[in-house]
Amino acid sequence: MLARVQSAALVGVDAVPVDVEVDVSSGLPAFAIAGLADASEQDAKERVRAAVKNSQREVPARRIVVNLAPADIHKEGAAYDLPIALGLLLATGQLRPGVLDGQIVVGELALDGRVRPVPGVLAVALLARSLGVRRIIVPEANAAEAAAVAGLPVVPAGSLVEVMQILDGRRAARAVNAPSAVLSPRDEVDFSEVKGQAHAKRALLVAAAGGHHVLLIGPPGGGKTMLARRMPTILPPLSDEEALEVTKIHSVAGLVPPGTGLLCTRPFRAPHHSASRNALVGGGSMPRPGEISLAHHGVLFLDELPEFHRDVLEVLRQPVEEGTITIARVQTTVVFPAGFMLVAAMNPCPCGHFGDPHRLCTCTPPQLDRYRGRISGPLLDRFDLHVEVPRLSPADVVAAPAGESSGTLRARVAAARARQRERFARTRVGCNARMGGRHLRRFCVLNDAAVALLRDALERLYLSARAYDRVLRVARTIADLDDAEQIRTAHVAEAIQYRALDRPAARPPVPQMPASAGVP
Amino acid sequence: MRGDLRPDEPAVAVVGSRRATAAGRVVTERLAAGLARHGVAVVSGLARGIDAVAHRAALEAGGRTVAVLGCGLDVVYPPEHAALLEAIVRQGCVISEFPLGTPPLPGHFPQRNRIIAGLALGVVVVEGDERSGTLSTAGHALDAGREVMAVPGSVLNPLSRAPNGLIRQGAALVESAEDVLAELGLPLQAARTASGEPPELPAGPAALVWQAVAGEPVHIDQVALVTGLPAGEVAAILIDLELRGLVQQLPGKQFVRI
Repeated sequence: MLARVQSAALVGVDAVPVDVEVDVSSGLPAFAIAGLADASEQDAKERVRAAVKNSQREVPARRIVVNLAPADIHKEGAAYDLPIALGLLLATGQLRPGVLDGQIVVGELALDGRVRPVPGVLAVALLARSLGVRRIIVPEANAAEAAAVAGLPVVPAGSLVEVMQILDGRRAARAVNAPSAVLSPRDEVDFSEVKGQAHAKRALLVAAAGGHHVLLIGPPGGGKTMLARRMPTILPPLSDEEALEVTKIHSVAGLVPPGTGLLCTRPFRAPHHSASRNALVGGGSMPRPGEISLAHHGVLFLDELPEFHRDVLEVLRQPVEEGTITIARVQTTVVFPAGFMLVAAMNPCPCGHFGDPHRLCTCTPPQLDRYRGRISGPLLDRFDLHVEVPRLSPADVVAAPAGESSGTLRARVAAARARQRERFARTRVGCNARMGGRHLRRFCVLNDAAVALLRDALERLYLSARAYDRVLRVARTIADLDDAEQIRTAHVAEAIQYRALDRPAARPPVPQMPASAGVP
Repeated sequence: MRGDLRPDEPAVAVVGSRRATAAGRVVTERLAAGLARHGVAVVSGLARGIDAVAHRAALEAGGRTVAVLGCGLDVVYPPEHAALLEAIVRQGCVISEFPLGTPPLPGHFPQRNRIIAGLALGVVVVEGDERSGTLSTAGHALDAGREVMAVPGSVLNPLSRAPNGLIRQGAALVESAEDVLAELGLPLQAARTASGEPPELPAGPAALVWQAVAGEPVHIDQVALVTGLPAGEVAAILIDLELRGLVQQLPGKQFVRI
């Protein structure tokens, strides 16, 4: 007899429908699963057999064939245990025909018949809603996550026996507490905990307001990490839609804690510089999201930027520009969202004391060049702001004012972002940092005095021509923070201050040699 | 020798540590530029740090400068000074007592210091620790009957040991190009100073910032703290002052008046 149960497979961060077909016929006793990756197949057979037996049901000594369709989608993992077991029970008449129609089932089985959590339940629930299914049966640990999708009845499954009783109508499904609609991010850290560093904090406020990527440069122990960690606390709270996307990615990666609904704090990911390419951007034969996708809608912090492998840094160029990462594999090509704010940190030089008034830098100019040369020009170009973070002496720290709290700063960021939304209402640009050349010319019109200042700065401070557009974008954000429609000279001047690495700091060019002027 | 050595022109050696501090660089820049404007050639050793700053400042001020090498004339050491060396050839002269192709061995540098001292009427030491090669230049200068001068530095800075030690032993204390000229009895040539009216001094909030950057280089946060102005405004004002040529930005967001 043939039975069919609907389930789902994960491709990238999305779920696609999968039919689990179970046929039981006479013949030599056998149990075969077609359409599942090799290792997963063997495991699934054993788990299903034991779980069914330990739930006081029977796996008949007949020829059992399970097929997961469509065959061309790579399927692995344990999420098909529960649909296979239910299909088997249907096919052998241990469940009434039709009780599973219009439902999607996922879940891993323990040998004793309990149902274990699986990754990607939110994606499956979103699929279920778009397919218009009657309800969705998920592991109870994932139920809150599935319930975040409004308008979709969720059946939490504790064990195989429980599911069978619910399907038979002998027991009602337990209610699931949908996550509260109000998103209340609770931050463990606050900007007011960072003493001093007024300049760096101001720069981070600007970066947050315009969604700009930032590079922090400073000696070890200066507080770069401390500042970066507080970055998510001044970004506006996640919108419902953003929270759903963030949770979906974390869910696919199996990083949503059991019993949690929507993740409502902005992600902060800080991969170590020894991280591999795949760990960072995602990968595997069936691509899984990497750190940069987990940082979607949040902050990706790369400490010790020059220590990262060069090829790892180079693959960052696409996501930093486009907000997505494309991973091409033999079997499939997946596009993961990766719209993060990049906050990177580096020492000013190998010894770390360059520019420190109290300590001597022992690096030679070639060492300095080599160190800075590890970050390619194109990547360096993606940072709108370069911020120098000095080391404070203990006395300075005690004397320094605490500054504004994250809450105050966040309100200012939110106001500036609101201005940007209004401005870009009819474009596809999300924030100032994403403005292209056309938008720059339209929205960043400078008056004559500001143009003169910017020209002067490019010439006198030997700023590279590439800095021009960056300065314009940042100046636009500073004006937005000021609630000003027109970019003023002071806004441009401040923006120029955040271009530290464009200055030929160590070596001013030799005068009266036009050929070498500006050559780093 | 490459370039044009003029034995009759007044010359002063400006020497110091290869690991110069930001303050040391600023002082050297002003000193060398000042000497150049008064028509005095600046002699130094083309090393990293103070030497290079002195050469550059002299060139930038439109003056002449002489570099004495510790290697053959066809060897560029340190290699990143290739462009600087060519600029010096065009606007001064590069000298070496070593045969072509001689590598820059450590022993050569004290030897070339003898020539630096010999070419100059006097030697100004800016920064150096107690083992510094600049002390050997000063020693050669004394032997050759040249004037030895030193720019004093903070007692907290290890690179002040050489100049402060020299002053203790009787070297003349100099703070500016004018001090050096007075010490050597050379005439002031005001004609070549930067022309025009004195720059317009800032007003309003900018005046507060201008007050705050007097003296030692200060960090931008300190300026904000002292003036009580918001960080963003301070950043904008400092760029403005920098572009007007009133203050200079040093690495690490330190600012100093010019």
